[in-house]
Parts: sequence; C-alpha cells; structure tokens
Amino acid sequence: MEHFIFGRLGWDDIAIFDVFRDPTASNIVGSSAGWLAVIGAVIVAALLLIKGWWKPLLFTWLNTTDHKKIGIMYIVVGLVMFARGVAEGVVMRSQYVTSYQGGYLTPDHFSELFSTHGTIMIFFVLMPFLIGFMNLLVPLQIGARDVAFPRLNQISLGFTIVGAMLLMISLVVGQFATGGWTGYPPYTGVAFQPGTGPDYWIWSLGLSGIGTVLTGLNFAVTIYKMRCPGMTFLRMPIFVWTALCTSILLIFALPPLTAVVIMQALDRYLDFHFFTNDLGGNMMNFANLFWMFGHPEVYILILPAFGLYSEFTAIFSGKRIYGYMSLVIATMAIAVLSFTVWLHHFFTMGQSPTINVAFGIATMLIAIPTGVKVYVWIATLWGGRIRMRTPIIYLAGFIVFFAVGGYTGILLANPTVNFAVHNSQFVVAHFHNVLLPGTLFAVLASIYVWFPKFFGFRLDERWSATAAWLFIIGFTFAFMPLYMVGLMGLPRRSPAFDDPSYIPYMIVTMVGALCVLAALCTLIGSFVVSALRRDTLAVPGGDPWDGRTLEWASPAPVPEWNFAFIPTVNSQDAFAKEKAAGTAYEIDCDTYEDVELSPTSWIGLNIIVFGTLFGFAMVFWIWWLAVLSALALLTHSIGLGFVRDKGEIIPASVIERTEKDWIALAAEGPGTERRDEVSPSNRGIAARISEA
Amino acid sequence: MTTSNTNLRRHPGLNLGPSHGKAHEEAESVVFGFWVFLMSDLVTFAMFFAIYATSIQATAGGPGNADIVDVTSIALQTGSLLISSLLFGVATVAMKYHSSKRVVILWLLASLAFGLCFLGLEIRDFIDAAEKGAVPMRSSYLSSYWALVGLHGLHVSVGSLMILVVCVQIAFFGFASDVKTRVLRLGLYWHFLDIIWIGIFSVVFLPGLLS
Amino acid sequence: MNNKDERAHDLRMYFTGFIAAVILTALSFLTAILQPFGSVGIFASLAVLAAVQIAVHFRFFLHIDVSRQKREELQLILFTGLIILIMVAGTVWVLGNLMTRMM
Repeated sequence: MEHFIFGRLGWDDIAIFDVFRDPTASNIVGSSAGWLAVIGAVIVAALLLIKGWWKPLLFTWLNTTDHKKIGIMYIVVGLVMFARGVAEGVVMRSQYVTSYQGGYLTPDHFSELFSTHGTIMIFFVLMPFLIGFMNLLVPLQIGARDVAFPRLNQISLGFTIVGAMLLMISLVVGQFATGGWTGYPPYTGVAFQPGTGPDYWIWSLGLSGIGTVLTGLNFAVTIYKMRCPGMTFLRMPIFVWTALCTSILLIFALPPLTAVVIMQALDRYLDFHFFTNDLGGNMMNFANLFWMFGHPEVYILILPAFGLYSEFTAIFSGKRIYGYMSLVIATMAIAVLSFTVWLHHFFTMGQSPTINVAFGIATMLIAIPTGVKVYVWIATLWGGRIRMRTPIIYLAGFIVFFAVGGYTGILLANPTVNFAVHNSQFVVAHFHNVLLPGTLFAVLASIYVWFPKFFGFRLDERWSATAAWLFIIGFTFAFMPLYMVGLMGLPRRSPAFDDPSYIPYMIVTMVGALCVLAALCTLIGSFVVSALRRDTLAVPGGDPWDGRTLEWASPAPVPEWNFAFIPTVNSQDAFAKEKAAGTAYEIDCDTYEDVELSPTSWIGLNIIVFGTLFGFAMVFWIWWLAVLSALALLTHSIGLGFVRDKGEIIPASVIERTEKDWIALAAEGPGTERRDEVSPSNRGIAARISEA
Repeated sequence: MTTSNTNLRRHPGLNLGPSHGKAHEEAESVVFGFWVFLMSDLVTFAMFFAIYATSIQATAGGPGNADIVDVTSIALQTGSLLISSLLFGVATVAMKYHSSKRVVILWLLASLAFGLCFLGLEIRDFIDAAEKGAVPMRSSYLSSYWALVGLHGLHVSVGSLMILVVCVQIAFFGFASDVKTRVLRLGLYWHFLDIIWIGIFSVVFLPGLLS
Repeated sequence: MNNKDERAHDLRMYFTGFIAAVILTALSFLTAILQPFGSVGIFASLAVLAAVQIAVHFRFFLHIDVSRQKREELQLILFTGLIILIMVAGTVWVLGNLMTRMM
C-alpha cells in the first residue's frame, strides 16, 4: 500500500536531511544547497502571501499571453537558474583547489555537480535567456502586436519552467544524474544507475524539450507571416534573421533529442534494449542521436547572441551595421552547416579516419561564416562614434575571447589534435570560452540595452560596467588556465588529480571563479540600485540609446498593444531613418482603433503544476499521480478547443492618449545628445542627428 | 482566377465564408504552423527509422524481421489506412460544400471506423508477436521495431481521439472558422500518418519477406 | 468554374490519389511477395515505389504542388527532406562503419 502511494519515494530520499544522518563535508555542501532552495522557496511564498503579491503574480503574469511578459519571465527563470549554475561552478572550482590526491567532495557528489551545472547552464540558463530575448524583441522588431500563437507561447514557457522545477526539486528530494549533461548510457542505464538521477535528467530534458520545439514553431511562423507591411526579408533586423535561423534549428534539431530521450526512458522504465550493454544494445546510437541534436544546439545558443551583438554594436557605434547581406548569408550558412558536423563530438569513438576527416572538414568550414561575422562587427565599430558603455565593454571582451575560442575550436576540429586533447580540461576551456563570451556576455549586455525599454528606466552605468569588467576578468582567470592543465593532461570531469603541478593553476581558476561570483552579485546589485533610483533613470520616451529599429519607436515601458498603428516600413533601420528625417514622432493617421489583446489563459499554470507533478511522479514511480496529472494535462488541452475567450479590448481613446503623451514628450525639447546618454538628462528621446 | 477562388483551391475543405480577410490570414498562419509541426514530427520518425535501420542485425539470437511479419495483416492495415484517408478527404469536401453537420460527422466517423480497424489489426499483430516471444525486452532489434511501429500506432490513436473531439466540436459550434481549420489540420495529420506508414511497410515489413 | 464543378474536381482529386496509392501499394507488396528480381533489385524497386507513393500522397491528399501559393509549404518539405537525408544517411554511414570495424 505504501509502495502504491509513494512509489519508490522514501525518507532516505530527502537529500536535505543527509547532513544530519552523516555530516561529512560533501553532505554539508549538498544539503545546504537543498536547504537554500527550500528556504528561498519559503521566503518567496511568504512574501507572496504577506505582501499580497500572489495576486499580480497570478493575474497579470502567470495567465498572460503577452509576449513581453512571457519574455521577461523567461529571463527571470534564466537568472534564477544562472545563480545556481554559478554557485555550482564555484563549488567545483573549490573542489579542484583541494583535490590533489583527494578533495572534500565525494566523487559521486562532484559528478552530480557537473551534471546539473551543464544541464542547467545549457537548457535552463542560456536557452531561456535567448528565447526570452526572442520573445521580447522579435514581435516589436517586425512591427507585430504579438507572436503568431500567443497561447502556445505560454505553453512553451510552462514546459521550460517544469524542467527547471524538476532540477530544483532534485536538490531536495532524491539525486540528479551523475552522467554529465550528455547522459551517456550504459553508465546512465538502469544496470549502473538504478536510482532517480537519470530519470530526473530524462524528464527535465524531455518535458522542457516539448516547450522548446513549440517555441521554434511559433517564431518561425511569426517571422514568416506576421511582418508588418514593407518589412521584406531583407529589411528585417539581423536579430530577427538569427531568431528565424534559431527557430529552424529548434524545429529540426530537437526531434533527435526527443527520440533519444524517449528511447532512454523506454530502456530505463520498460527494459527495452536500445543502449544497454546486453542483447544487442548499442550506446553509439545514443551518442550519434544525441549529438545530432547537440551540435545544432550549440548554434541555437550562439546565433541569437550574434544577432544581439549585431544590433547593439550598430547602436553604440552610431552607424548602420556593416555588411548586412554577408551577415544574413553567414547566419544561414551556419544554420545549415550545423547539421553536418555532429560527429566531431565523438571523433575518438572508433569510426574510420575517412569519416573523421569528412566531419572534421565540415567543422572547419563553419569557421568561415563565423569569421565573417567577427569581421563584420569589427568593421561596424571601425569609423563609428563608439560610446564605451557597458555593452561595448562586453563586446570588446567578446571579440577577443571569441576569437581565441574559435581558434581552439579549429584545433579540436582536427581529428589528430582531437585525439590528443579529447576529454581533457582543454575541451572544458574551449566550450566555456565560446559560450561565456559568446552567449552569456551578449545576454548580459542586452539586458543592459533593452532593460529600459521594458521597465521604463535605465540600469545604473557604474554598477553595470563594474559587473562587466568583473565578468571579463573572472572569466579570464577561471578558464584560460584550463587550456594549460588540459594540455598537461588533466581529464575533464575527474574529481581528483595526482600531479602537484596543477595546483597553482587551480588556485588561479578559483580566484577567477570567485571573481565571477562577485560579478554576479554586482549584476544583482545593479538591478537593486537602479530600481531604487528609477526616477532619475527613467526614460519614458523609450529610446535611450538612439536606437535604429522599430522596437525603439514606442514609449517605455512598451504599452501592451505595442504599436498604436501597425507600422509600415520602407527601408532597413526604419526608425533611424525616420529620426534623421525628423518624422519619427509624427502621427501618421488620425483615427485610432480599438485593439484586442490576445486572451489570457491558465494552460501555462496548469502545465507548470501538473507537468511538474507528472515528472516527479515518473521519477519516483508514483504511477497513480502520473496518470492523474497526465489526464489533467490532456483534458485541459482538449478543453482549449472549446474555449472561445475574447481578449481584453483596449479602447481607442486609451491608445490615442498614450500615443499623444509620447509625442508631446518628444516635442518638449531637443532630446539627449549621445554623449550624455548616461546622465539623468536622458529621458528616452535622442537628439536629432541628420547623418544617420 | 479570382482571389477567392485561389483561396478555395488553396486548402480544399477550407471555406471561411464570403468575407475572407482576417479569418483567412489567421487560418494561413495556423495551417503553416501545423505544417511546421508535422515536419518536426517527421524528423522524429526519421530518427526511429534510422535506429531501426542500424539495429536490424542486433537480434541477439531472438526473433528477427522475418519471424514477425504477417503479410495479410499488413495488407489489411494498409488498406484500412488508405480507405480511412479517402473518407476523411470526402468529409472535408462535404464540409467545404456546405453539407449538413450530420453528413460531415458521419463521414468523419466512417473514417474513424477504418482508423480503429487499423489499430485493432495492429494490436492483434503485437499480441501475436509477444506470444511468439518477440517482446521488445528480448533484443535491441525488437526494441526498435516496437518503438517505431508503436510510435506510429500511438499517433493513429491520438488522431482517432481527435476525430471524436472535432465531431463534438462540429456538433457544438457548427462550422465556425476555427472548427473548420481544426478539421483541416486534423486532415493533414491523418494523411501525414499514411506517409509514415508507407515508410514502415517499405522499410520494416516488406523486406522481412525476403529473408 | 461553378460550385458543382469545383466539388467534383476536389472529389476527383482524392479518388485519383486513392487509386494511385492502391496500385502503388499493390505493386510494392507483389514485388516483395513474388520476388521477381534479386534482392538488390527488390530493394531498389521498393524504394522507388515508396518514393513515388509518398509524392502521390503529398500531391493528392496533402495538396502540395508547385504553384505559388504552396511555395512556402513546398520549401519546408524539401528542406525537411534535406535534413532527414543528412541525418539518416549520416547515421547509417557512421553506425555501419562502426559495425564493420567491430567485426
């Protein structure tokens, strides 16, 4: 009976009590992380209840289908998970400082740390960040009122949160996988890991994967079908191009992951033999399928970041992007080539040299369009009036480090070199070297750039710039030494080493990791400080940086209806052109119309609650709960077909008033010169410059 | 050819009334989105096909391809799917040319009946195979066989459930534009499953007769 | 074209597709049962018949053609075909190679 109700969940699974059962260093670290999560959840819940914040949370956030709010929620999820990911990184570096012939964490705990760190950083930090920015920017940049399928968008967010919730639950109950973010069987098979770990991996990736495919679908259709009049493909901002390519990658690269997760689940739950050691199973099928997803995934993570860099490099250089066409072609080329290189993730697993060479060459080919892009950004900076604001600090770090990361990528693409350094810390250094400066810096810089657009006030320049420098310095110290220890022979993922000559490098990386932690605190500090000073930092005009594309052509925060009229464009960088011509703040039409917002929905919340319950129940074999929550999800989804809600109607008078207030604000003065943009005089209206 | 005619031609079964405009634009996005979904799903199927192809020899001494194919049953299953598809087509044409709700629902239910026929035969085959010891736990080959064929069967089951749902919706709401596009999308899905089935009988079942 | 002709045209489309599909399916089955050629020939003809039948289904049931209105769908399908070709052929190549090297 007890087994029926609780499945295989027992008291021993409550990981936060481990510390009382057996207070070793490893358990203290593990349990405190769990307690931190629990206490954090309790504090949040208490605040929600006491301050009455649960009401806006439920009725303006969780049931909304507004792309801007959904985008913000994605980024918040990303930030929360980012904090956990960084903390895990710091713990791992501290393990390496002590791990000469030992280390204070048990090997299993260390394995769990790098597994969750990787899974979190890729699926629940970088992807939510980028999908969040796609949500925020794509509809605004193409002049649309929302995405093509607003309710589906909410569903996607729901599934992403389910995955993140399962990961957080794994801190408190049970244990996460110890097989790395790639989860290679047979080690993650039931024969070697009968526990809950790989099952957490399966359900958090599987369920969040559904959401991600739907995001791809949604944005592909949005960009194909919802562009405003005059917005031909070749007038789209670069970010929209990269979002389109990313969507295509999501649509076609996630299915292999879905397939591999289904097969792994069948192996573990129903005793199938896809990847087992016995009865004909073949783990190479797993490696092959996983990397057919995994390599395009790398470009899913980097392409939108390239788009973001392209956007704000142009803004802060005060000129249009150099080589628009070459950027577009390079983006498309990378998207297609990314499907042809997956094997370079397992060069050493036994196939013939011919195959290795073929995939090695394909890999090196990708360096060409990527190189084009780096030159394009440099050429955009060249001859521009560069303002050294926070985004350009990140950009400077990015260009230098990304080039280094790219070169080491070329080295690794060469099978002969790869045989020497594969599975070493060199690889760890390489992918951190591309993903941190490449994606993370882009996102952090973009938070600075677009934060004022959606919250109505700028972020404090001094705090933000400090955070940027700390990230860059911390990154340098934390990862550059890993190239050295990698070449000296330290394998990745090893909890201990026997060669004392690694120790100095490990101390340097520890310093770097602490510096990154400080950077994270400074980043959070910048939000707090800016929120406190939001009146001096306010930019109601909505264009604090003299932006170039349509998203800047509205007050800040962006009204729920985005645009009073669906704009018509006849060039690239339409808003910059209009500002130069002095027509940006003119009313083009005198009759305002009511706007119907997309209807609210509870399906997202339903997915968060029942999806998480379903995942949890499957992990712990609580079959009745799994069936019930699956039924709840199914009936709600079928029920959606019978709901015919109308969205809230915003009356024309409200739209007219907002629009006219905004135009009046623009008419008040000459606007802010670019050099004064971080002074309180910046109210979000840029001074007119005729040469744009 | 006039524009409205083009629109009629575009998706047989889709006729959203005289004032096309916005409803048609929305339908276009929805249908295109559904195509994207189908293509993503097609890649998932392709992965199961690929795994099947790589595991053909991994029978681990257990039953192989030749031992589980019942060609009569497969022919009947193929026939059921094709007839079901045809009937669905007839239903959409009936809907497009303003037949009564009842007529359309009857055609849809007829289509569903053949879909269920297919499922019944497939389940019988699965039971037969299991009785012969060809269970998925036996070998990697059988795992991939059950997963591939079963995944298609699962899709057909979902489709059958959805046919029932749209029948109820037609009864409730009549031929509102959102119901119409839903029938249309379900039709795409139903015909799409035939295409997968062509792959399955050509890759899985018919080669089994050779060895 | 009036309504009635349109209706007949639409129905004819489905029936044409159906008959073509039945014939092609029958040919596939007969090839496998009667085995008129060697195994390479049989596999080749099965592949060709399947490809033709898939094209028939796309044309007559899913209404994909080369007209302008269908261009986006057609591009999508062809691109999906390319991706599937890369992935499946790649998988068979890599795994087949591994298998021969294991022998």
